[in-house]
Amino acid sequence: MRQPDLDRRMFLRMAGLSLGAGALYRVAPAWAAEGPAADVAARQRQENGEAVTPFTFVQLSDTHVGFAGPPNPTGTAAFERAVERVNRLAARPELVLFTGDLTHESEAPGEHAARMKRFREIASRLAAPKLHMVPGEHDAGLDGGALFRSAFGETHYSFDHRGVHFVALDNVSRSKPEVGPEQLAWLRADLARFPPTAPIVVFTHRPLFDLKPEWEWFTRDGDAVMAVLAPFENVTVLYGHIHREDLHTGPHATHYAARSLIFAFPDPAQAADKKPIPFDKDRPFRNLGLRVAEAGNPASGRTVRCEEVELSMREYSGTEGFAQLLRPSSL
Amino acid sequence: MPRNFPILLAVALISLLASPRPAAAAEPRVVEITAKRFEFSPSVITLRKGEAVTLRLHSLDVTHGFFQRALGLDLEIEAGKVTEVTLTPQEQGRYVTICDHFCGSGHGNMKMTIVVE
Repeated sequence: MRQPDLDRRMFLRMAGLSLGAGALYRVAPAWAAEGPAADVAARQRQENGEAVTPFTFVQLSDTHVGFAGPPNPTGTAAFERAVERVNRLAARPELVLFTGDLTHESEAPGEHAARMKRFREIASRLAAPKLHMVPGEHDAGLDGGALFRSAFGETHYSFDHRGVHFVALDNVSRSKPEVGPEQLAWLRADLARFPPTAPIVVFTHRPLFDLKPEWEWFTRDGDAVMAVLAPFENVTVLYGHIHREDLHTGPHATHYAARSLIFAFPDPAQAADKKPIPFDKDRPFRNLGLRVAEAGNPASGRTVRCEEVELSMREYSGTEGFAQLLRPSSL
Repeated sequence: MPRNFPILLAVALISLLASPRPAAAAEPRVVEITAKRFEFSPSVITLRKGEAVTLRLHSLDVTHGFFQRALGLDLEIEAGKVTEVTLTPQEQGRYVTICDHFCGSGHGNMKMTIVVE
C-alpha cells in the first residue's frame, strides 16, 4: 500500500519504528516486499540513486607514524595491532577510513616522506578492499598538503558506497583549522544532486563544532560546513584529532571522534592542560583503539551505528578489558 | 591681515601649549608579545576592562596564529613583520589565546593567557 503523501522525515521515522530490532537494511528483501516499507525502499532507490545495503566499515585515526616520545615509546605497535584486530573482525569491513594524522611530521630531509611510506606499508596489510584517508595537521600543516597528495591523492573528495555518500573534508591543509571557501563551494556542488534523505558520512580530522577551542579542538568555519549539510536528514560526521572517543549530537548530525593509535588525551572537562595520558607499560594499548561502524542499521534513527573497540580488551586489561568488551556502543 | 594678527597668533600658540594634552591620555598602552616555536612571551598579560590596549606581535621564526574568539583576536604573525591590534576588552576573565597556524610538533600547546581585570 503506497502512501504518497508521506513526507521524507516522517518516512524515516516510520522506517525506524517499524524496524524495532534495527534490521531495516539487513532484511531488505522481506521488508521491501510490500507495505509502507516497500515505499521507503522504492523512494530511496529513486531519489538517492541507490538503496542502502548493509555493510561495515572501520575508522582508524591518529596513527602518528614516526612519533617517538614518553607518551608512547612503542611507536607503531598500536597501529599494527589495530590492523591485526581489523583483520580478525567477524564482519569483514568493506572500507577503512583514516581520519588524519597518519604520520608525525618531520622537517629532516626525506624523513616525512619515509614516514608516509611506512604508514602505507602497515596500512596495506589491512584486509579491506578500499582504504580512504584525509590528512591531519601533522600530515599537511607545514606544506599545504603537498606531500600528502603525492603519497595518497587529493585531500578532499567524495564517493558512494552501497547507497551511502561519503565526503572526505580537509580542515588542515590551509595551516589553520578551517575548510576554506573553495572547499565549501565544492561541498555545496557535490551535495547538490542528493535529496534530503540521502545518507551522508563526512570524515575529517578536526571536529566541525567547538569542542574545546582553547585546545584547538574546533574548525573555524565548521558552522559553515554544517550549514551546507543542514538540509540533509541523515548525516554522520567521523573525526579524529582529539585522541579520545566523543559523541556529540548536533542539530543536523551526529559527530563521533575515534581514539588515537598513539596516545590518548584526557577529558577536557576534567583536565586543565592538554597533556597526553601517561604511558602505562603494563597496559600499553589502554585508551587506544578503533571504531567499527555499521551502515544500514537505523535503530537509532541514523543510518550509521558506531562501536568503539579498545585494543587492550581481553589480552591486556584483564577485568577492565572484559568490562569494556561488554560495554555497549557509545550510542 | 589685521594689524594685531601676530599678537593673536602668539596668544593662540601659548594657549595651545599651556592647555592639558588629552591626546597623551588617549594613547593606548602598548604590550609587546613575542611568538616563537612553541610559546608566546610573556605567557600571561593583564589588561583592564574598558582600557584600550595595543598588542604588538612579533615572530622570531615562522608564521604563527593569534586567535581568541571572545576578544575578537584573529591574526597572523609573520616573521620579520610587526603585527598590531588594538582592543578594548569589555568583560573580565581569563582568555586562553592560541596559535592556530600550524607551526610544528609542539603547536598544539602553543598558547598564552590574556587576563582582563
